Amino acid sequence: MKLLTGNRVRTGDVVWWAGDRWSTRLAEAVGLEPAEGERLLAEQAAHEQVNDLALVDAEPRPGGGWRPVHIRERIRAYGPTVRPDLAREGENWR
Amino acid sequence: MYRPDEIDRAIVDARVAEFRDQVARRLSGELDEDHFKPLRLKNGLYLQLHAYMLRVAIPYGVLSAEQLRMLADVARRYDRGYGHFTTRQNIQFNWVKLEEAPDLLADLARVGLHAIQTSGNCVRNITSDPYAGAAADEVVDPRPWAELLRQWSTLHPEFSYLPRKFKIAITGAPVDRAAIRFHDIGLELRRLEGRLGLKVYVGGGMGRTPMLGACIRDFLPAEEFLSYCEAILRVYNRHGRRDNIHKARIKILVQALGAEQFAAEVEREHAHLKGQGIDAPWGEVERIAAHFTDPPFTLGLPDDFRVDALDPGLERWVARQVMRHRVPGYRIVNVSLKPPGGIPGDASAEQMEAIAELADAYSFGEVRVTHAQNLVLPHVRAIDIPAVYRALMQVGLAEANLDLASDIICCPGLDYCTLANARSIPVAQALADRLRPIEAELGELKIKVSGCINACGHHHAGHIGILGVDRKGTENYQLLLGGSGAEDASLAQILGPGFTAEGVVEAVARVVDVYRRERAAGERFLDTYRRLGPAPFREAVYG
Repeated sequence: MKLLTGNRVRTGDVVWWAGDRWSTRLAEAVGLEPAEGERLLAEQAAHEQVNDLALVDAEPRPGGGWRPVHIRERIRAYGPTVRPDLAREGENWR
Repeated sequence: MYRPDEIDRAIVDARVAEFRDQVARRLSGELDEDHFKPLRLKNGLYLQLHAYMLRVAIPYGVLSAEQLRMLADVARRYDRGYGHFTTRQNIQFNWVKLEEAPDLLADLARVGLHAIQTSGNCVRNITSDPYAGAAADEVVDPRPWAELLRQWSTLHPEFSYLPRKFKIAITGAPVDRAAIRFHDIGLELRRLEGRLGLKVYVGGGMGRTPMLGACIRDFLPAEEFLSYCEAILRVYNRHGRRDNIHKARIKILVQALGAEQFAAEVEREHAHLKGQGIDAPWGEVERIAAHFTDPPFTLGLPDDFRVDALDPGLERWVARQVMRHRVPGYRIVNVSLKPPGGIPGDASAEQMEAIAELADAYSFGEVRVTHAQNLVLPHVRAIDIPAVYRALMQVGLAEANLDLASDIICCPGLDYCTLANARSIPVAQALADRLRPIEAELGELKIKVSGCINACGHHHAGHIGILGVDRKGTENYQLLLGGSGAEDASLAQILGPGFTAEGVVEAVARVVDVYRRERAAGERFLDTYRRLGPAPFREAVYG
């Protein structure tokens, strides 16, 4: 499955597509079939509210939710791994 | 130090106002990202993994205490309480909001700081010797010449859209503390039979094609140096490749033409340019130089100080961090930004404020940033050294590790940077933890870690360099040996196949063991490597 993600223009915050809105919490991200992801990406790109839009690969997390396959996206969701004091609550980069 | 004048202030204020308008138009939807992105990058505002990152220029690494206090204030008000000093003597803030960026820049402008030319294909911030004006070995103070370069290159209309970014470093001492041979132009001020001039290197750089700069002029008269730099830029602008971003830096052009041919092109262009009023009139040189006259040193001060034998920490710190000053009775104090468990180059707002206080109290209000991501108090009275040490202890910055194994240069890596392929900071931290217990015995050992091929962590110039790469979706680390960014410049060479993060730490430990076993008396790691070559190190790591 895919997750749609980017950075909010106004703040730069990492955001995830949560079905009907953008969320800063990976736990709220919805998994998308590739075709649906491409359609949403094009739609959201036109709105110009989120930069660097990308569809990233993800796998189901035991207990629910999605785990991005690549460490880069897990770090985006969590924060710098060397500053756990700044991490987003409830996220896990591993 | 240089004080911005009305022209400087007008330029920066106008740029802040212009950017404020551009941001407002982006937020209102009037500008889309395709049009806005080049504008924000021209103001040093990148979009990184977690947020916008603002890179603030620190011209030739010189800061006033007032400016450092403002950086601390910015860290606290617009960021998350810290900043990151970079390998180009700048500072980066990692958590900037676009909607707040204009106010942030307006605050910086109040103390003469800005983010102009910290991104884009232009002449970037000029870098220099962090000991300028203080070093005992200095031949010529490079700061007036660096300032001339800054003024000449600021918003230079001809060089705002070069084939690629362009970096200039200038020093005035035989010991190279500015890595001049790893710059697009590297300049060494020198005197010859009473005349002032410069040795000119061109085409150095790191990145995916590392090269050492080639000397194209052994002695350029100082009064011609701006027209000569302009000639270099013109030749590059005309012939540099714009069809391939990976081949667009001047080093590729110098390599393609050959240094001799490139020099001939520059000489031809210079002959055309040098009578056209590009070089600063000598009166202007003197006007700028007047900004860099000595602070009011007290002459005749005792040139020594008492180190309490009961305080071995102070003794170690003095031996490592304190350097001779050209004025008897004064010392240069290096402040390590590599404490145990810390992130190389990071400083909290509280630490920045503490150093600003120390600068005001003990160093005529001056601070320097080094390309090794440390800070310097350039003019401290010898008798004040113990007091400075105690004050640094209180803010956790009294580590005695200058140029030792835990004084690691390290880029932000995949923890922050969109370009990175692998994390660099955790590797640097693990290496520092592993080697710190034996680092004093190892002596000078410069380790440099980059999280991608762009080499912001200067791995090509490391005695030991580490390059993080992405190998089928996982972090992998290549090990390089034998580089140097100093006056004995050399390029590090890859030793063999890469490692996991844990594996590369173990590999470095084995490399260090070879050095301990094989070193001759007085040899640094680099000397032993150069004498033995890679074979015994490769055998120890892969055998």
